[in-house]
Amino acid sequence: MADAVAAVEIRGVTKRFDEVVAVDDVDLTIADGEFFAMLGPSGCGKTTTLRMIAGLEFPTQGSLRIFGEEVGTLPPNKRPVNTVFQNYALFPHMTVLDNVSFGLRMSGVNKTEARQRAGEMIELVQLDGMAARKPNQLSGGQQQRVALARALVNKPKVLLLDEPLGALDLKLRQEMQTELKSLQRELGVSFVFVTHDQEEALTMSDRIAVMDQGKLLQVGSAEDLYARPASRFVADFIGQTNLIEATVADNNTIVLQNGQRLRAPSPHAAGTAVAMSLRPETIQVGARGSVPAVHEATSLEGVISSASYLGHSMVYEVSIDWIDLEVRTPMVLSEERFAPGSEVAVWWDRRSDWLVAE
Amino acid sequence: MSHGAIVRPPMEPPTDPEPAEATPEFEAANKRLDRRRGLLLALPSWAFLTLFFAVPLLIVVVYSFATRNRFGGTDLSGWNIEGYRELGQEFVRNLVLRSLWLAIITTVICLVVAYPFAYFLATRSPAVRNLMLVFVMIPFWSNFLVRNYAWRVLLGNDGPVSQATEAAGLGETTILFTQSAVVLGLVYGFLPFMILPLYAAIERMDWSLVEASRDLGATGWQTFRQVSFPLSLPGVIAGSILVFVPSFGAYVTPQILGGGKDPMLGTYIVAQFLEARNWPEGAAASTVLMAVMLGATLVYFRTGGRTL
Repeated sequence: MADAVAAVEIRGVTKRFDEVVAVDDVDLTIADGEFFAMLGPSGCGKTTTLRMIAGLEFPTQGSLRIFGEEVGTLPPNKRPVNTVFQNYALFPHMTVLDNVSFGLRMSGVNKTEARQRAGEMIELVQLDGMAARKPNQLSGGQQQRVALARALVNKPKVLLLDEPLGALDLKLRQEMQTELKSLQRELGVSFVFVTHDQEEALTMSDRIAVMDQGKLLQVGSAEDLYARPASRFVADFIGQTNLIEATVADNNTIVLQNGQRLRAPSPHAAGTAVAMSLRPETIQVGARGSVPAVHEATSLEGVISSASYLGHSMVYEVSIDWIDLEVRTPMVLSEERFAPGSEVAVWWDRRSDWLVAE
Repeated sequence: MSHGAIVRPPMEPPTDPEPAEATPEFEAANKRLDRRRGLLLALPSWAFLTLFFAVPLLIVVVYSFATRNRFGGTDLSGWNIEGYRELGQEFVRNLVLRSLWLAIITTVICLVVAYPFAYFLATRSPAVRNLMLVFVMIPFWSNFLVRNYAWRVLLGNDGPVSQATEAAGLGETTILFTQSAVVLGLVYGFLPFMILPLYAAIERMDWSLVEASRDLGATGWQTFRQVSFPLSLPGVIAGSILVFVPSFGAYVTPQILGGGKDPMLGTYIVAQFLEARNWPEGAAASTVLMAVMLGATLVYFRTGGRTL
């Protein structure tokens, strides 16, 4: 794997639109056969990055290679990639069959063969019998499949998907997530998938790149991003978390803003301002004085300011001097619940916190 | 259906933002209300069109079956189809064909000239677009007749065009009072009618379709042939009809720039009314002309309906 040619290799790519820097000095390597997601809030540069891979935008500077070939300013029709567009961009004046066979016909495959291969692809995406319909006679989910078939029939080396599930309702979206994933495994082609929906990215992808304001913040597996975020933004963006501001005292201790010291091993130098990320589900609540001895150094005292019943869990807002912590505990017996106003202690396993410096 | 108990329709549409299910009776009542409102709003234009379009049209059709009397007047009696029969004369047929031919050439030239311009226009920033649209409209600020005379001056024997070609060593330009001058004048006059619908159609086009086409391996030209052009077809057809119809019946331009040498349909009709004083004949020619235009318009609506 290490010496294999990367499907997509982006080196120092920047894209400026007039004064706006849409993509800022991004380095990214996407392996062959990988399901890769680009995740971030709108305007973070993920779509622009995808469009540069597709050739719909050209980088302002940097190098962009697809299977080793420099494609920086190659027009889209000369690249071995195809795109599933956000709103599918199906040709409204063509039938499903003509839509799907379009790429083949344009590249000079004869009409009979193009139709046959398109027909097979239409079957693969389970649209048999729809070949003669126009896009506006199809449901959103069916249009999505046509867009997929239209791209895949060209046997792209990399398939780019721009928020392909955004327009579908929840149930259909979950169905398509599974289908896309298994299709990708079956074909063994790299899928590069842009989304702003973190759950979608977490469930489907081998690796995820998190972007914000044109910058690539972190690339890693779902677990890397969730359990070991590299920055406050990633910690906050992926899932829910409590960020507690602190300063590193020594390599085993941090000092909170109220002077309280907590045990937290850290690779950062003493004096570094950090934030401790604590996932709500890793925190435990109990009566004061009930903190197990092993967790004494990783505990805080506070007052319950709100308690919500969610069926499978209780969500507490615990007010601790200067911050509010969100705590999510599995549903427990009623006598162990806390009402607002209760004086409690919270603690966590020292392996479940994570320090991020900026 | 029993009409025993009629559910009273509400006077106002339900205020509920999400009318979960529509009761059929309410639906029908709402539709009636809409229709009534629509009718009221359309009343002024209906009245105007009836008075100044439908009635005169009817008079023309009636006259086309009337009799021309010995003094050049028209008797509304002795109904006949002499006016239509006279259209079969060879010279009339020739001038109809000539008009048709010039109208087709004018339309094609307008299309070829306007398409790239409209495409260019539609891909500019809004500020540039608006400025250029104003330039397209500026000619309308002065009278059509005046503008035709302006061309007469430009194309005249000692006019700037002739002087320029002479200075460039190409010899005199002598196209004034030829069919070329007529086509030039028609193209000049009707070009905006081609540009505007084309611009509207191209501007409305979903550009992600062009991107999709390029992404699927089509070259720029293939994309134009397979995607952009077919999608702009409603604009092409609308523009073509807007240019073809007035060109076919044009009177002013053939008269001023063609010098009335080769009569065209428009000049012929005017001559029948004013000079030959053969109103039934002029009316018959007008009726045929309008029938052709109506046919062209119907074709437009049918194709427009199909491609949209």
